[in-house]
Amino acid sequence: MRYYAYFPGCSSSEGGAKAYGVSAQAVSKALGIELLELDDWNCCGSTPYSSFEELASFCLSARNLALAEKTGLDLVTPCSSCYVILNRANSYLKQYPDLKAKVDESLAAGGLEYKGTVRVRHLLDIFVNDIGYDTISATVKKSLEGLKVAPYYGCQLVRPSFGFDHPEMPESIDKLIVSLGGETINFPKKARCCGGSLIISEEDLSLSLIGKVLKSALDNGAECIITPCPLCQTNLDAYQKSADKRFMTSFNLPVLFFTQLMGVAFGLVERDLGLKSCIVPAETVLGKYL
Amino acid sequence: MERRTRTDSFIEEVSAIPGGEGIRLCIQCGTCTASCPNADSMDHTPSQLIAMTRAGMKEEVLSSNAMWHCLSCYLCTVRCPRGIKQTDLMHAFECLSVREGLSHGRTLTPAMYRSFNDFVYSLGSLPEAGFITWYYLLTNPLRAIRLLPMALSLRKRGRLTIRARRLTPEGTRQLRAILDKAEELGGVS
Ligand code: SF4
Ligand code: SF4
Repeated sequence: MRYYAYFPGCSSSEGGAKAYGVSAQAVSKALGIELLELDDWNCCGSTPYSSFEELASFCLSARNLALAEKTGLDLVTPCSSCYVILNRANSYLKQYPDLKAKVDESLAAGGLEYKGTVRVRHLLDIFVNDIGYDTISATVKKSLEGLKVAPYYGCQLVRPSFGFDHPEMPESIDKLIVSLGGETINFPKKARCCGGSLIISEEDLSLSLIGKVLKSALDNGAECIITPCPLCQTNLDAYQKSADKRFMTSFNLPVLFFTQLMGVAFGLVERDLGLKSCIVPAETVLGKYL
Repeated sequence: MERRTRTDSFIEEVSAIPGGEGIRLCIQCGTCTASCPNADSMDHTPSQLIAMTRAGMKEEVLSSNAMWHCLSCYLCTVRCPRGIKQTDLMHAFECLSVREGLSHGRTLTPAMYRSFNDFVYSLGSLPEAGFITWYYLLTNPLRAIRLLPMALSLRKRGRLTIRARRLTPEGTRQLRAILDKAEELGGVS
């Protein structure tokens, strides 16, 4: 058994990506990983916060890092956005002593201290690097043979690059798909932006990016898409109909979390997979593997 | 004592923000702009913002829509030949623009971010349904109605939680104490 401190992030705990959290836990168990949820964690500090009050944003991250430090474990998150925010705070606190001093003083007001020893990791990173593709392959019960999967990395898993994959031409999800027995689709938009949270405030701009990603995947023969990011999943799945309307297309591409696809290959049941939470039904494509 | 020009103070303000110090190194090659998926919709492109900042055009920079159209995709940042963290600069412009009361009227992004932050401050985490409803009521009630079918399909699949995750009372108190202290200490620079 390997142990990690676990930071689900708002979306994967009670939010729109609950199926991500559930399948992440189930797949981890199958791989001999115990994800120990951080007690009383708070929002990572997230991009919107850093656009208003940078110091508060660093403090939100720092509280989580301080709580994680007490466990002595690596801090793992499934959310690409939390991954960047927590990592950025972690490295900036080392780089900028003036910032560190202010954050220290704020943390102290809450009776906390952060020495700076935590490593922040993405769930995908621990699967492919700590566990490895061979073990993943060996855990497969139903090979995904014949399934054409588009690995959609999005942005923040690989940029600004905290080191585990190439920032523009990443490969880790491609290799993961192959280790599950599936076929990986190479498509030009695999590490381009889905429109992010601007889908809420600037819908036109983001819809056009969503359309481009979906088209790129479909044109290259994908039957479904997998992603490591709650925001990417929501944009590509829940806004697929809007994109269809706007661009007069009918994409009909199921969009899953990579943990859900792993779960299918591991033979897990719906309770652990949460496939029913997909807006574009996944069963048509995945039916023969279930 | 050295006299400060308008130019100096704005560029210094920006360089003092973590990630902003690289602004003097820019060679105006335009790689960031060419990489940016939203450059076309910005009043000024990412590389223009840098040139304008160095020319001391504080008000023009801070009242533009540009940084509010930034997606934090970090393409500019990983491609810049001078190692400038353009994405961080965008965040810095946003913070300064809010601080100076110049945030842009034609984009709704600041309002979205603001409702987000209010929730995080009071609850410590983000109830997405509450946040999105609050945002639409503040900005565009008509769109809230148009989005109802999608909201219902998310709800039907158990993806729109009404109940917010809450920290323990001690956790909430601790978080507020930290954030209040941070506010008292002012900004990052
Ligand atoms: S890519 Fe870097 S050096 Fe080139 S214009 Fe942009 S910020 Fe300046
Ligand atoms: S991070 Fe922002 S400024 Fe940079 S390329 Fe992406 S959208 Fe453009």
